[in-house]
Amino acid sequence: MILAAGLRKSFGGFEAVRGIDVDVRRGEAFGFLGPNGAGKSSTMRMIAAVSPVSGGTLRILGLDPATDGPQIRARIGVCPQEDTLDTEISVRDNLYVYGRYFGLPRGEVRQRVDELLEFVQLTEKANAMVDDLSGGMKRRLTIARSLINRPEVLLLDEPTTGLDPQARHVVWDRLFRLKQQGVTLVLTTHYMDEAEQLADRLVVMDKGVIVAEGSPLSLIAEHSTREVAELRFGVGENEQHASKVEDLADRVEVLPDRLLLYTADGEETVAKVHERGLTPAATLVRRSTLEDVFLRLTGRTLVD
Amino acid sequence: MTEPARSTAPSNAFAGAGRLADYWATVYRRTWKGSAISSFVTPLFYVLAMGVLLGDYVTSDPAQLEGASSYLVFIAPGLLAAQAMQTVFGEVTYPVMGMIKWHKTYFGMTATPLSVREVILGHLGFVLFRVALTCGVFAIVMAPFGVYATAYGAVLAFLVQLLLGLAFATPIYAFSAGLKDESAFAIVFRLGMIPLFLFSGAFFPISNLDPWMEALAKATPLWHGVDLTRMLTLGTVDGATALVHVTYLAVLAVLGWFWAVARLTQRMSV
Repeated sequence: MILAAGLRKSFGGFEAVRGIDVDVRRGEAFGFLGPNGAGKSSTMRMIAAVSPVSGGTLRILGLDPATDGPQIRARIGVCPQEDTLDTEISVRDNLYVYGRYFGLPRGEVRQRVDELLEFVQLTEKANAMVDDLSGGMKRRLTIARSLINRPEVLLLDEPTTGLDPQARHVVWDRLFRLKQQGVTLVLTTHYMDEAEQLADRLVVMDKGVIVAEGSPLSLIAEHSTREVAELRFGVGENEQHASKVEDLADRVEVLPDRLLLYTADGEETVAKVHERGLTPAATLVRRSTLEDVFLRLTGRTLVD
Repeated sequence: MTEPARSTAPSNAFAGAGRLADYWATVYRRTWKGSAISSFVTPLFYVLAMGVLLGDYVTSDPAQLEGASSYLVFIAPGLLAAQAMQTVFGEVTYPVMGMIKWHKTYFGMTATPLSVREVILGHLGFVLFRVALTCGVFAIVMAPFGVYATAYGAVLAFLVQLLLGLAFATPIYAFSAGLKDESAFAIVFRLGMIPLFLFSGAFFPISNLDPWMEALAKATPLWHGVDLTRMLTLGTVDGATALVHVTYLAVLAVLGWFWAVARLTQRMSV
């Protein structure tokens, strides 16, 4: 569905995307994971056939965005990071006028608008002004709008950023249904739980390049241990205890409030810590998450 | 069973722009009341205040008023052309910036099969519709005041407003499309539109100006529009001069179009 090789994007002297290879297959949910400024959105805008490619090759549905932009855009759906809804017209009109941009007949658009309002649970808000909607409702409307042309590929740039937990789960639920219907999903996110919920396969981007690739589980297996033991020794004491437990784990990370021991068996590691006469104020054993992988690969330093 | 309708790429730019008609109709349905009243009342006030009441004090030899029999008859075409210009300034400054920067409506549009040139074409189509409407109303309001020498001259004068509107619309659109900050618009209105309005021959013959100012006035698009409109309403058309006016306005519209496409394409390809 989407094939990128050595794909690059530069703005003036700044290279936002520095040669990435991506292959998205029909029907899968593919995620771009990365911190702010990793080049996810630039990549998405190139895939959406609105931002010219600076280097490398890109094919969407077998077409070249440089020459077949309108044909590509006719067959994909785009849910941008920032809502581009028309705030001064009604919910229904937003969907209706958008459907017309795709060259669909009026009757057909009206029918689809009703279906989509139902799908994103906004039927009761059909005649409300967009300005009066909550953030979650606007997002659902944007998703509905991106589906008006029954796209083969749906691009979602940070679909749930800024939403409350309830609203996020509603959006995830709708996206999951789309996936079941066979729509190929391509999403960017910096939320680990979102990536784990939605993506079959993902790439981790950092500073314009891909630093890891695989399913959420394989990424954890490859870049982290099975479990993590968290030890809390109290403020200021974590640092000095780190050296005493170093050999008990594959890797030890020192945080201001706790030590993270990356290990295959967390309970066993905690037991060995106690055998050495060390008594942390609190211990927690948990499974490794994508977040551990993410922080391992992209670091804890703020990028902006 | 018929094949379900499929989303397609438009076959040409005009077909693409046509797909925006429902958008603009929706927007206009929401705003038409306010603009409809003002587009009827404003010209009436101008004609009454400046043409009838102020004109009463202006007694001049028709030879000094470019052949107009009264001051009202002299300024009527000037006011019509100025109306076309003011409508365009209103439609392609803040609204264009709004659709790029504040509401990002254009970004939504270009995520579909529509491209930048079709988005511009659709917007300019709406601007022309607004010019046609405000100038059409103005032209009709002035008819009872006996400002037209001939009926076909009145119709042609109306059509000139569309050309004049386009000549203003494309370059100002281009300017707005590349603008990062709206504060420049205040300057555009105060140092662009108002002086054009006052000194481009709408209210007095520009031969009254100093020679250098007269030359400057003759270089402005509004003067070409005013002079052409006046020829048509007074029935004093000079073929060669009219051709110069039409050519000037058409060239400006075409150059502005290419500039607008280039500026908006650049702005949108971030």
